[in-house]
Amino acid sequence: MARTILDFEKPIKELEKKIEEMRKLEDDLDIKKEIQQLEEKMNELKKSVYSNLTRWQRVQLARHPARPYTLDYIYLMTTDFIELHGDRNYRDDKAIVGGFAKLGDFKVMIIGHQKGRDTKSNIYRNFGMPNPEGYRKARRLMKLAEKFGKPVITLLDTPGAYPGLEAEQNGQAEAIARNLLTMSRLRVPIIVVIIGEGASGGALGIGIGDRILMLENTWYSVISPESCSSILWRSWDYKEQAAEALKLTAEDLKEQGIIDRIIPEPLGGAHKDYEQASSSLKQALIEELTELVKIKPEKLVENRLQKFGTMGVYVE
Amino acid sequence: MSWFKRSKKNISPDSVKLDIPGGQWEKCKNCGEIIHKKQLTQNLWICPKCDYHFRIGSDEYISILLDSGSFKETNKKIESADPLEFVDSKKYSDRLRSAKEKTGLKDAVKTGTGKIDGRKVSFACMDFRFIGGSMGSVVGEKIARAIALAYNQKIPLLIVSQSGGARMMEAAYSLMQMAKTSAQLGRLAEAKIPYISILTDPTTGGVTASYAMLGDFNIAEPNALIGFAGPRVIRETIGKDLPKGFQRSEFLLEHGFIDFIAHRKELKSKVSQLLGLID
Repeated sequence: MARTILDFEKPIKELEKKIEEMRKLEDDLDIKKEIQQLEEKMNELKKSVYSNLTRWQRVQLARHPARPYTLDYIYLMTTDFIELHGDRNYRDDKAIVGGFAKLGDFKVMIIGHQKGRDTKSNIYRNFGMPNPEGYRKARRLMKLAEKFGKPVITLLDTPGAYPGLEAEQNGQAEAIARNLLTMSRLRVPIIVVIIGEGASGGALGIGIGDRILMLENTWYSVISPESCSSILWRSWDYKEQAAEALKLTAEDLKEQGIIDRIIPEPLGGAHKDYEQASSSLKQALIEELTELVKIKPEKLVENRLQKFGTMGVYVE
Repeated sequence: MSWFKRSKKNISPDSVKLDIPGGQWEKCKNCGEIIHKKQLTQNLWICPKCDYHFRIGSDEYISILLDSGSFKETNKKIESADPLEFVDSKKYSDRLRSAKEKTGLKDAVKTGTGKIDGRKVSFACMDFRFIGGSMGSVVGEKIARAIALAYNQKIPLLIVSQSGGARMMEAAYSLMQMAKTSAQLGRLAEAKIPYISILTDPTTGGVTASYAMLGDFNIAEPNALIGFAGPRVIRETIGKDLPKGFQRSEFLLEHGFIDFIAHRKELKSKVSQLLGLID
């Protein structure tokens, strides 16, 4: 896999390279002090770069091709995972994966969008863009979890539901709508985590729950900045402005009262340290589950209705 | 001198140019027929020549579907607050202001109660004229309240959808209206209260992917555009022209997503008949 370096990561990369070169010369020359100074400088640079990211830069981080995806988190956080396939009706959608697993002491159903790493696997995964059968598989698995009284965890990471001919023919809208209804009434706890891109109905289609978490460098909105730019500005060139206007980062959504919690990522993003990223997420999930399993199903469903019922701003 | 001369004698002109006084006439978008507004109104805004269903607003649907004088509007005063102070090529607050001035509406949906052949229903109808019938916080909240009203009063729910989708200028808030309305419909369904969804031209995006597709009965007007993604996006994605009639009511009926297509003239009687059959 080619290593992707985003524009704003370049100065950091350059410093890293320099330090590496100097280390090679360390035995011959007395430059320990200089190296140390450079390392300090790099850490400061990293902190200042990553704490001052623009919204568009966050979007780029959320899409970083080296980021951990759903199956990475599942393998790192859980044990005994058994993947379950198919919607029992049409076919198995590879853009959504799911199955039972153990998360610490909890037995859970874990479901998520799945992207690919290279061209071949991306085609196999349809770039993480589900078809209706993907949403219907997710729904089937959630109903299974409900049947056996197990909590559901969903991991969101999609550029959107697939806008294809067959997808429309097979009822993309109906599949998403049905999931919204089913998830809002599911009688087991649901925790939703945005781990990368949360694009519109394609993300929300597995995104209703009792707790909504976002990893630090992710985005969630009604449309991608590019599509927003093309519709409202009638040009693809305003994606930065669109990202700003949409206020789509984890911090923004926390402020808007749409999400409950932000999970910090390793410095530089989740792709810099898979272990650390997944262990922070695992810890947060276990904390939330510990609380949620105490709540009776009727109350859970009632709270969920209230939770989404208060979202939105209007005057009266 | 040209080698070929096209004889224009056999080709009828594309449009009939008429002196139309005082905006009393409407032209059919489908067949070009010029129709007097009074005749059009009497004919429920359907072209008398080709049966094309004109796109109409909430006031017209109220007059078509509900018993005369039975509509009582609820939540009239809810308005958008522009929570994100959204600016694209224009300010959202300016878009809202001009939409209000142009349409006389507060937002893209009207809700209330009314009667259908004497039977009380909770009623909501969208207006495409208001920023493309897009769903932001106001539409979501009013629809959610209309569903809650049906639940609390144990009366059937009827929603007429007409929308380009979620309202981009309210970003994530708009997206969450899909969740809000669907959650309300979930509770309504468990209470076994009927919900009839009427899909008109066009119903796309987040509205289709939430309440419009969740009816116990999904009824469409003829030839309405109904889908999730817009046709332009799909064409660009797959790099092919779309088949004729793609995403139209008849296509959705064929693929199993609506119960039946109702001509506007029989819409009320069909709804009434259905409600009677399940009562």
